Amino acid sequence: MNRRGFLKSVALTGAVIAVSPKFMPAGEANAKPQKMSYEEAVKKVLGVDVSKLEESSEIKLTAPSIAENGAVVPVKVEVKQPIENVESIHIFAKKNFNPHTLSMFLSPANGKAYLGTRIRLAKTMPVVAVAVLKDGRIIKTEKPIKVTIGGCG
Amino acid sequence: MPKIAMIKVRPRRYKKGDLVRIDSVIMHPMNTGLVKNKKTGKIIPADYIDTVEVYYGGEKITSFKLTGSVSANPFLSFYIKADKEAPLKMVWKDITGDVTEKTVKIKPKG
Repeated sequence: MNRRGFLKSVALTGAVIAVSPKFMPAGEANAKPQKMSYEEAVKKVLGVDVSKLEESSEIKLTAPSIAENGAVVPVKVEVKQPIENVESIHIFAKKNFNPHTLSMFLSPANGKAYLGTRIRLAKTMPVVAVAVLKDGRIIKTEKPIKVTIGGCG
Repeated sequence: MPKIAMIKVRPRRYKKGDLVRIDSVIMHPMNTGLVKNKKTGKIIPADYIDTVEVYYGGEKITSFKLTGSVSANPFLSFYIKADKEAPLKMVWKDITGDVTEKTVKIKPKG
């Protein structure tokens, strides 16, 4: 090994050792779940901007206005449209760590666009129900829910 | 390991072509991966159901995508049109690879 090669390899090793501790924590942080905003979650799940969602009375969200326990909040969503026209229903909890809560993909065999479930809410926040219709419209409705004890830890 | 699951058809008696509500529950902790164990201080690893599929007479009619924001022991309720005598199968899959299946018979009377 000549002098030039030796110096090069030493410099490279040094650089790797100096740099690697800085990269390691970043790599670990990337592996952890990332906190998402409501806007990002809508973009990721529906592939459209939040401004494209249309406030409508054709979708109905039933939930308690005050939830004692944030770990179990019963939610019902109903779309007042013929079932053939409804493609999917989504629920978003605006201030949760991951706002996207649930998606349901329907077919005409369902007979009625209805979804009942129980969700977790970390704190007091609005819950958004979104329905994607086959005619291209995306309708939503929103309801603020007051939470006494948070449910996401 | 399959989990305990339950499916109920409401109402109990129905005719052919009626809309019936299906209520389903599965026993699952739905750990989000964000909560710390208070005794050991370690984060409880994420383990939640992310896909639920519903088959009626061998045909996939509905599917769900869930995240950790759904409560423990996830309850899902939806409607189907009972227009044939066929089994209704639900399949729950979680992110650790667990698969649970449960079947009920849809038997319209009259």
